[in-house]
Amino acid sequence: MSDPAPTSTGSHRLAVANLTIHHGQLRAVDDVSLSVGASEVLAIIGANGAGKSTLLRTIAGLHTPTSGSITYEGEEISGLRTFRRVRRGISLVPEGRRLFPSLTLEENIQVGAQKAAAGPFSIDAVYELFAWMPGRRRQRVGQLSGGEQQAVAIARALVANPTVLMIDEVSLGLAPIVIERIYEFLPTIVAEGIAVLLVEQDVSQALAVATRVHCLLEGKTSLVGSPNELGPGAIESAYFGTTHSPSPEEST
Amino acid sequence: MSVEDLTPVDQSITVKRNQIPVAYTVGGAVALAAFLTWAPWILPASDVTILMNFFILVIMATMWNLLAGYAGMVSIGQQGFIGLGAYATLYFAIKGMDPFVAIPLAVAVCAVIAFPVTFLLFRLRGGYFAVATWVVADSAMLIIGSIAFFGGGTGHYLPGLTNLSFKVLNHDTYLAAWFVALVVVVATYILLRSRLGLVLSSVRDNEVASRSSGAKVTSTRRTVFIVAAAGCGAAGAVLAISQPFIQLGNEFNLQWAAEMLFASMIGGLGTIEGPILGCVIFFVLQQSLQNYGAWYLIIFGALAVGVAIWQPRGIWGFVRDTLHFELLPVGYRVSGPAVTGETRSATGPRQRLRRSRKTSGLTDESP
Amino acid sequence: MIWLNVIVSGVLLGGFYALFACGLSLMFGVMKIINLAHGDMAVVAGYTAVFLVPKFHLPEVWSFVVVVPIFALLGYVVQRTLFQKSIDRDPFTTLLVTFGLSVVIENLLLEIYTANAQSINIGSLIAKSWQVNNTIYVSYLSLTVLIVSVVVLAALQLFLSKTSTGRQIRAVSDDREAAQLCGTNYRHIFGIASSLAFATVALAGIAFGMYTSLAPTSGGVNLLFAFETVVIGGIGSLWGTLVGGILLGIAQQFGAHFNEQYTVLAGNLLLLLVLAIRPQGLFGKQVVMS
Repeated sequence: MSDPAPTSTGSHRLAVANLTIHHGQLRAVDDVSLSVGASEVLAIIGANGAGKSTLLRTIAGLHTPTSGSITYEGEEISGLRTFRRVRRGISLVPEGRRLFPSLTLEENIQVGAQKAAAGPFSIDAVYELFAWMPGRRRQRVGQLSGGEQQAVAIARALVANPTVLMIDEVSLGLAPIVIERIYEFLPTIVAEGIAVLLVEQDVSQALAVATRVHCLLEGKTSLVGSPNELGPGAIESAYFGTTHSPSPEEST
Repeated sequence: MSVEDLTPVDQSITVKRNQIPVAYTVGGAVALAAFLTWAPWILPASDVTILMNFFILVIMATMWNLLAGYAGMVSIGQQGFIGLGAYATLYFAIKGMDPFVAIPLAVAVCAVIAFPVTFLLFRLRGGYFAVATWVVADSAMLIIGSIAFFGGGTGHYLPGLTNLSFKVLNHDTYLAAWFVALVVVVATYILLRSRLGLVLSSVRDNEVASRSSGAKVTSTRRTVFIVAAAGCGAAGAVLAISQPFIQLGNEFNLQWAAEMLFASMIGGLGTIEGPILGCVIFFVLQQSLQNYGAWYLIIFGALAVGVAIWQPRGIWGFVRDTLHFELLPVGYRVSGPAVTGETRSATGPRQRLRRSRKTSGLTDESP
Repeated sequence: MIWLNVIVSGVLLGGFYALFACGLSLMFGVMKIINLAHGDMAVVAGYTAVFLVPKFHLPEVWSFVVVVPIFALLGYVVQRTLFQKSIDRDPFTTLLVTFGLSVVIENLLLEIYTANAQSINIGSLIAKSWQVNNTIYVSYLSLTVLIVSVVVLAALQLFLSKTSTGRQIRAVSDDREAAQLCGTNYRHIFGIASSLAFATVALAGIAFGMYTSLAPTSGGVNLLFAFETVVIGGIGSLWGTLVGGILLGIAQQFGAHFNEQYTVLAGNLLLLLVLAIRPQGLFGKQVVMS
């Protein structure tokens, strides 16, 4: 299944073509192609072990693909080390947040900002966005709640002023209300023209925020489309790998 | 559903242990063993001495390889047990025992001392474990050195050997070294082909899974450590007899650790043949460069460093994995067309080391 | 009064040990490796001061001005080349490589410079002692080294907490991957950590060469003391290294009081005791336990 034609913003900011990734002998991602452009939110959904995190980590540079290409602004980046990709403008908020436990809230964000590009998200701007942060800036991040830690992780990635922001499993371990609060910041990010690549366990949450959805099943692409086009039945079968006959209300 | 409905097992896959027919391996081994046993009557005394020192090093290297290559424990303190073995032999000899008879006793002493030491050492891993083994060895040396009975800093002659002529002593010490080396290598081989070897392999691949499937990981490691201590104690006992002036600086010398480590690395960690090959290379190097001071050790060490970085499987590991040739296999060979289209050893010790490859350096893949 | 002498001597020794140890602690904290050649680097620095610096017509007592920056550079280069290659494989390889390096260095020194111990001529000024009372002597050198080690530790602490590079070092120590995701070139950070480690251990080696002497095989005992200091004081804590060094010094002096032979053994026993009772050390943040 290939992606639809490029969006109206022009060429894709980040594109992945025929990417295959192995974990030892396991084929975690199998011939996957996708792309995301400015101000777009592409949500990658799928069951556990479907290869979603592996895909994001590989795009970030933490993992080497077996075959296929990764291009940023049209340029091949698979040979670049992680830190160079970050300095180009690709930031990943990793699964499990991965904050630095011995650093304070402010120091965590400062590390994110050390080679920051020019852009709207300075540390002060981020402090305005997350109004509770300045008061707690000297706290050790271990003392923050799960939702607060997730916000710090996102802030840390934002202060680098990325043009592509990848977020892996925001909602893991967080209460629904907290998840909603976190997703409230997404429009602000998108409004600045950032391309967002989102891995999300919670399908309804993904559908609510995404411009397009890409479903993975055992490493392979099983469904692509915008939330409007895709009915719940189609998504369910793509997610679980069951066969599906479209119900009347799904035919567009 | 009846038996006939079941899909038959693919008959084209076979599982064996040995690649070379057992008859050849055993035949060759017997011939070699015969030659080595008659060596004192065939070869000149100086060659016999070299062979004797070779066997002592083989014992040490085989034990270090068991610890590090199979059980994943890097020790730089085995010289502690070599020293303890030597001094135990001295103790029993002073008390009137024939030093040769004292060898198994010295081995037992080392095993007994090793047991409580594991409870302290096993609290650490990796580099901290390694340095701690050295601290233990260093402490053993210092404690022995403070006991006047053993001669303190000056040393002590090993009694009980003076009634033997040089030639007989040379023969007997050689045979002791050869016999102990044979026992140690054969015992290691049997140990690794046993259930214990299987546990070690499974721990190598995935410790958590191994523990949860019931394998007694810690007690296996403990057993291996005690065996390695005992083996080094045996080496120390034979060493004491071969160089009867027992001195702290000689028996507890860190250089033993260096030699056994380098020999195992260069020869091939995680194989039984590897340490033996490494010892051969060591002696060739030492004999060729004997007029040049410590240069043989410098070169040997540099070689080991190079091997560790570029060819961590060592020479024999390379032979085994690339040419699929094994003399003393401890894994299983699964062959058949369905298995990735080529024949490979299915299990083998030190899998992680074998699969450990340099990351390309282009991306930041964590090893 | 005799016990006071033990404590004073121990505290003064602590300065040396803390300098030896802070590099080891840093390298383990950041890169999770133990450089078994750490002690030997101190010896090489001492030998450089004795044999090479005088060629530039510099009095030996000022040799550290030249040697420490050289070693800082050396540390960076060795890390980015040899050590990085080992780290890319696995910790096992790094242990073996650093051990091999240690043996090679010691034997090279032996071949080139013989087994004789060397010491650094410090001139008459610092060789003096300050007599506190009729049993306690404080040598100017030891006191200077103690002050220097406190200053160095404080400077390191400041560097780590206030500067951007220092923050990155701490970040890499916490979570290397997450640091990479923040744009940190972790190989460069590793290089900086090594550079600091080599520089401090060079300083320690030169100080020790002034205090007693250095021989090709001294590297082992230096590593031993550094290791014991780190474990007793606690991994991951710079000030813990100072405390650990002082405790080690006191334990050794205590042992020496009974018998010269017991000096090193007393320190070893303290280490084993700490391992048995409180393996993370006094101020330890990280634990190397299984």
